Amino acid sequence: MTDKPKYPAPVGNPETAHFWDAAKQGKFLIKRCTACREPHYFPRSICPVCFSDQTVWEESKGEGVIYSYSLMRKSPTGPYAIGYVTLDEGPSLLTNFVDCDLTALKIGQRVKVVFKPTDGAPLPFFTPVG
Amino acid sequence: MTIKNKAYIAGIYEHPTRHAPDKSTAQLHAECAKGALEDAGLTKADVDGYFCAGDAPGGVMPMADYLGLKLRHLDSTETGGCSYIIALGHAAEAIAAGKCSVALITLAGKPRTGPMPPRAFGPEVDFEAAYGATTHNAYGMCAMRHMHEFGTTSEQLAWVKVAASHHAQYNPHAMLRDVVTVEDVINSPMISDPLHRLDCCVVSDGGGALVVTTPEIAKSLKRPLVRMTGHGESLKGPNGGRKLDLTYSAGVWSGPPAFAEAGVTPKDIKYASIYDSFTITVVVQLEDLGFCAKGDGGKFVADGNLISGVGKLPWNTDGGGLCNNHPINRGGITKIIEAVRQLRGEAHPKVQVPNCDLALVHGTGGLLGVRHAASTAILERV
Ligand SMILES: [Zn+2]
Repeated sequence: MTDKPKYPAPVGNPETAHFWDAAKQGKFLIKRCTACREPHYFPRSICPVCFSDQTVWEESKGEGVIYSYSLMRKSPTGPYAIGYVTLDEGPSLLTNFVDCDLTALKIGQRVKVVFKPTDGAPLPFFTPVG
Repeated sequence: MTIKNKAYIAGIYEHPTRHAPDKSTAQLHAECAKGALEDAGLTKADVDGYFCAGDAPGGVMPMADYLGLKLRHLDSTETGGCSYIIALGHAAEAIAAGKCSVALITLAGKPRTGPMPPRAFGPEVDFEAAYGATTHNAYGMCAMRHMHEFGTTSEQLAWVKVAASHHAQYNPHAMLRDVVTVEDVINSPMISDPLHRLDCCVVSDGGGALVVTTPEIAKSLKRPLVRMTGHGESLKGPNGGRKLDLTYSAGVWSGPPAFAEAGVTPKDIKYASIYDSFTITVVVQLEDLGFCAKGDGGKFVADGNLISGVGKLPWNTDGGGLCNNHPINRGGITKIIEAVRQLRGEAHPKVQVPNCDLALVHGTGGLLGVRHAASTAILERV
């Protein structure tokens, strides 16, 4: 029972299906606009910067630094740490930090993506490196 | 079109209950509506505009029907806890445009006796919902980054609660009436780092209502005259993860147009109602509205500046959300109500600001740290 997925499966939709298909292959994708060259996250078909519809998928290294975080001390599923990671490619994203000492997190700390299973596509989380 | 001096707040009502297991949510809305109309000296038949938000059971259609309203203007903008400050601005615009002459705004709910309504998710759902953003940790992330960038301390944040508790001791309806110290706050249990239990607002049942009307109707009533002179509203979110900055709120965009329309500056404000979902919320908003420089909010509150009779900016003199009430976890309407009491000279004598003729009301709704709205209103005693 300990292997039971703890996280809800993404519902998915036509706009983001490619992201979840890639996640099943262990790849972490972001979107980049070919008109203004700006990357963004979470993925959108129309660029939130310049409104061009010329956005393409790009594989991210899935590495970055902690922008901010907060450790929720109690919840029905136990303590968990939410935060934002600023990816090396530029965009920041909301996530949870996992597989680490949650009381030792620091702003600026380097982290990398780890996928966790659900009943559907796996979900991206982040864990400290080094 | 400006709303300046074109709309008056003629009626206010804050429901006295903080725990309502014996009432329905619609009933609380109706009791608030009745209370505000009676305060104004108007009747239900005078109401031709109605404004409610997501807490109204079923939305504007069933609630207006339940209240028995005959309307020619309706609006149900949903921006969480600042919905009612936005509604106040929209009501003023509708009145200025001749779309209605007596606007009723209601809020009510029972998060203390029943479950909170589930949070609505948007297109971000698959990319955010699993991570468990709540009010506590979303504001915790803002506090953590504010501390990192500006050296803000837990002791400084605690002063916001201390000020609220100084005011709440005089409010017989307040949920928390004990005066607390900085030590009490930082020694209370950590909820979501770096926010302690006493950095958080209360959860209460209850509600409130406002009646907004034309200058002509307001002047025909036997109540002190309070008018709107400026209003602003805005939104902020992660913006595709671009240039994420949790140290400021949408208040940086809602404040300036409100001050400009009113033709006043932060220095002119005699009393401020500023939404206090958490202590950090107040510090960020004080900076965003220009009451102090960005990053200096911690120092500003630690000097006791928010305490009526002591500091430069008497604030939330009913005890606010931190000590008095926070009906349906939406504190916007109670901020407007206490500002009107101050301008009328009807606040508790121990916290009434002398010659209070200019007040600011400001709030955020949604989750600071994820996506939220902000609204600012400037009110003046005539
Ligand atoms: Zn673009």
